[in-house]
Amino acid sequence: MAIETISLSGKKKEVSNKKMNFWESLYLIAIFKGLMITIKHLFKRKVTIKYPEQTRSLSPVYRGQHTLMRDDEGRERCTACGLCALSCPAEAITMKAAERKPEEKHLYREEKYAEIYEINMLRCIFCGLCEEACPKQAIYLTKSRTMVKAQTDREDFIYGKDKLVMPLDMAIKNTQNQAAN
Amino acid sequence: MKVTIDGQSIEVEPGTTILQAARMIGGESVPPAMCYYSKLKGSGGKCRCCLVEVTKGSDADTRPMPKLMASCVTGVMDGMEVKSITSERVLDARKSVTEFLLINHPLDCPVCDQAGECDLQNLSFKHGSANTRYIEDRRTFEPENIGDNIQLHMNRCILCYRCVMTADQLTDNRVHGVLNRGDHAQISTYISKAIDNEFSGNMIDVCPVGALTDKTFRFKSRVWFNKPYNAHRDCDKCCGKTTLWMFGDEIQRVTARKDEYHEVEEFICNECRFEHKDPADWVIEGPRKFEKNSVINQNNYTRDMKPVKIETEKNILLGRDEDRKKISMSEVPLKGQEKKEFKEGNV
Repeated sequence: MAIETISLSGKKKEVSNKKMNFWESLYLIAIFKGLMITIKHLFKRKVTIKYPEQTRSLSPVYRGQHTLMRDDEGRERCTACGLCALSCPAEAITMKAAERKPEEKHLYREEKYAEIYEINMLRCIFCGLCEEACPKQAIYLTKSRTMVKAQTDREDFIYGKDKLVMPLDMAIKNTQNQAAN
Repeated sequence: MKVTIDGQSIEVEPGTTILQAARMIGGESVPPAMCYYSKLKGSGGKCRCCLVEVTKGSDADTRPMPKLMASCVTGVMDGMEVKSITSERVLDARKSVTEFLLINHPLDCPVCDQAGECDLQNLSFKHGSANTRYIEDRRTFEPENIGDNIQLHMNRCILCYRCVMTADQLTDNRVHGVLNRGDHAQISTYISKAIDNEFSGNMIDVCPVGALTDKTFRFKSRVWFNKPYNAHRDCDKCCGKTTLWMFGDEIQRVTARKDEYHEVEEFICNECRFEHKDPADWVIEGPRKFEKNSVINQNNYTRDMKPVKIETEKNILLGRDEDRKKISMSEVPLKGQEKKEFKEGNV
């Protein structure tokens, strides 16, 4: 067989410009065939969902919005070492460190903590390098199980600690689950 | 005197140590040094990082030295042959020494202000292993306040004595030293006497780890987010030549200029180091360069970057000449306007 006639994709069709007969030129059969396909799809399972009321289950390796983790005692793990910002290829992360005061020992795990921690979600490419670089296991892209929502204002995409730090009740629940296990 | 280190020969003055000779050659065979400091008299011989193998003692006595020698305190002999990085024994010894130094060193690099320019970090990156075999509790000390300008973290100290020698040799009356012995040895001031000497800040630069750090820079930034610049000012106490670590227009800290072995070129006074944080006080000479693989070079451009001009614009818009000929089908001639757009583009 010649190479020109082999269909490597299996979708190759011979086209011809043969003349249509009378029934074909009425297009009635063709229209009916098309309608049948439409009607058949009415009774099939829907492939779309009503997002954002419904959400699909996420794969375990899915990378979504970042979470700044808390440890078993509910203290923030992040020490503002800057390795996430260093490894970030999109330069989306900025932070400012501060020294922990003696009365804040229950809030922060280490002597130093991130006073300001911001991620520009417009810059972020969700590559997960920050998660990989973190020496304190403080930042995760898989734990929040949410995607970054669309906004109308550019300013709203700069996520601060108010949006990134894991909520306290979630930390409490995690600790309880661990204790139960 | 002729000495051969890793197969490279050099003529040196009598009285030179092996480490100094290796530094004259430079490159990979320079042994790492944690305690030796060329600007401080009597330093060296404590950390054992710079161990080398002497395969031939000298021309007169060609026997090899039986044990590894600390290169910073061993003088060269005529015809001496030394193996540094080419010796399996030396690399093994460095690995062990690194492990010993890290026994009591806390793993707090994410918190430590020295991270990124720390000699111990570099040493363990090159020669250490990623895991520790030490299961006992690490040596810890009560935090101690030794003044407004210098922060002491005794837990991080590797007892190299560099700061004690700086205080001994640079300042007129030393106010700190090493107390206690053995495992309990610690750097301290006498009865928490603040270090108020005019040159005491040099201890920060001299410290190979983060045991002595700048209190005015504490937790302000990481070293690799700052842009280092050479700068000078007229100072009646010191040379006034410094490195400014800038973040935008803000001076985050001032240090002395350090060479490739992280030794200061000239010591600077406390006034330059701690009190002049306004860019207007300084004459900025230009960006400071660091060794190629230092993290400090991250995102720094040390030479002028010219704007890039894309030469392929014509080809992107119009395609290659030979392709244009092929596309233009001779049997379907283009209309006048189309032809004009095709030739000149419509941008």
